Amino acid sequence: MSETNGQSGGQSGNGAAGKTALAALVAGSKEVKTRALQEMETYKQPEKTDLWKSVLRVKHDETPRSRALGVLSNVFLHLHPAKINRDAVAYNYTWGMGGISFYIYVVLVFTGALLMFYYHPSKVVAFRDILYLEHDVPFGKLLRNMHRWAAHLMVITVELHMFRVYLTGSYKKPREFNWAVGVILLVLTLLLSFTGYLLADDQLGFWAVTVGTNMARATPMLGHDGPFGSMFGMTPFNDVRFALLGGSIVDSNALLRAYIWHCVAIPIIASTFMVVHFWRIRKDGGISGPAPMMLESEIKPLRKP
Amino acid sequence: MDWHQLWIILATPDNVPITLLLFVMPFYSWYGLRQSFANDRLIEQLEANPEMAKTHHRKTQSYRPEWAREVHVWPYLLRIEFLAALVVTIILFVWSITLNAPLEEPSNPTLTMNPSKAPWYFLGLQEMLVYFDPWMAGVVLPSLIIVGLMVIPYIDENPLGNGYYTYKQRKFAIWTFIFGFIILWISMIIIGTMIRGPGWMWFWPGQTWDHNRLIFEVNRDLHEIFGIRNKLLAFAVGGAATTAYLVGAVVGIHKLITLSPFSRKIYQRMSLLQYTVMQVFLVTMLALPVKMILRLVFRIKYVWVTPWFNI
Repeated sequence: MSETNGQSGGQSGNGAAGKTALAALVAGSKEVKTRALQEMETYKQPEKTDLWKSVLRVKHDETPRSRALGVLSNVFLHLHPAKINRDAVAYNYTWGMGGISFYIYVVLVFTGALLMFYYHPSKVVAFRDILYLEHDVPFGKLLRNMHRWAAHLMVITVELHMFRVYLTGSYKKPREFNWAVGVILLVLTLLLSFTGYLLADDQLGFWAVTVGTNMARATPMLGHDGPFGSMFGMTPFNDVRFALLGGSIVDSNALLRAYIWHCVAIPIIASTFMVVHFWRIRKDGGISGPAPMMLESEIKPLRKP
Repeated sequence: MDWHQLWIILATPDNVPITLLLFVMPFYSWYGLRQSFANDRLIEQLEANPEMAKTHHRKTQSYRPEWAREVHVWPYLLRIEFLAALVVTIILFVWSITLNAPLEEPSNPTLTMNPSKAPWYFLGLQEMLVYFDPWMAGVVLPSLIIVGLMVIPYIDENPLGNGYYTYKQRKFAIWTFIFGFIILWISMIIIGTMIRGPGWMWFWPGQTWDHNRLIFEVNRDLHEIFGIRNKLLAFAVGGAATTAYLVGAVVGIHKLITLSPFSRKIYQRMSLLQYTVMQVFLVTMLALPVKMILRLVFRIKYVWVTPWFNI
């Protein structure tokens, strides 16, 4: 390469001047090469680069300090404490169902958002949208299946979580309030499932919602068919069922309302309660156990209020 | 024994979660109770030996005094969480690839399906419609279930078992929960899924779901059994029967709470409000199996007929 340059330089201009220009060029490029190699040395230690430090603000090495900071300085992980009791890590204590329920919720939000790209909440096209999704959209069938089965799995994991919390007495002092928040989350999970059911606008969803909202019309005092309903002036056009359906029949208004409840309103409400639920777990002392066992003889007498 | 019918019920994609429940619930019940019994054995040892009780670390998990009490969340907890997320994801993918979510014909308000079933997690409520009117089965009882669940921590005066599995220290609590959750809620779901067929008729496992099956079953109200036709007298009889149930249930539950010396001890710690609230919920909860037996065995539809509501 340099020989070619030298020849063209020699041909076009003064030979001696060309030779010094060539030498300068060679020296310059050697210097650049040395500098490049020096700079590349630093890439062998990426943790020292500014790019790395701007993203990960703390050191990530093998020290206990870094292990603690890795959790505490990470927005996604900082729900956890830096350390936990060594026995609490065992699967057989918690069954992991709370965390699994939350993970499935995230999966549902993700698959749900993707499904929203292909769905119009209109009686005219809703069913067709599902057919289109299942047959023409690449991986559409898989996406819909994942959303539905994740929903069913979440109901199961939430109920198992409730069962485990009960069996370990983790609703007792000081966690009573968090149990109540958990019950609300259970109800919200079931409502999410229920509102989602209607969205396919098939016979299954339609009649399930009909049965469900028909129960609403039997609400005492607030439903037109319930005990004391007529006393309060409830008719099919102004009772609680009307409020749920946006009408007196299960029709396009009901579909739109179910869509909004399912995709917007209830996820927001559920997320709020989840935030409270997770907050209270930390504030009430973290995972409840396994705690040292207490004997009957050690029960303290009640403090009189 | 129609195996094909049984297979259809168990393997319909929307019923698969129930089939799963049939395995998952017993497994986790065993998993939890196994630890309860292990802990109970240690508790018995500690109670028999006060010296040991003073020095023992009070857990069944392995213990060495020189071990650190706490471990870093990163990596010890996070790797388990990551593994759990991975396993759940794999299960979801395999499930979604093998089974298809149902999609029936487009909705048609003029054509009802038979049987027209609610999603499985609400089947418990739909099954209750057999025994109670919609206002009760669909509104009052579900609300009481929700409020009753929320109230549990506030009426439980037993300080034992806080943060560890135990059976013998919390017998009453565990039995009432298992009764409400597994025997009532879960089995109502199983009945609604696997037993109730066309026309909501009762089909034992293995019986073919015959849409044309005719059963001769005349349900009668309680007062009709005594030959009472007069509305006022029917009201009185129904009221008396309901009152008798309430009194009997309250007394029965009271006897249950004060059965053992330990439960009497806990009972004495309860305030009047706690006791009343507990009685209200337990009596209502007990009304369901009582009503089920009256309906399924004695074909009694309403116990109390009034101009405003029927129970």
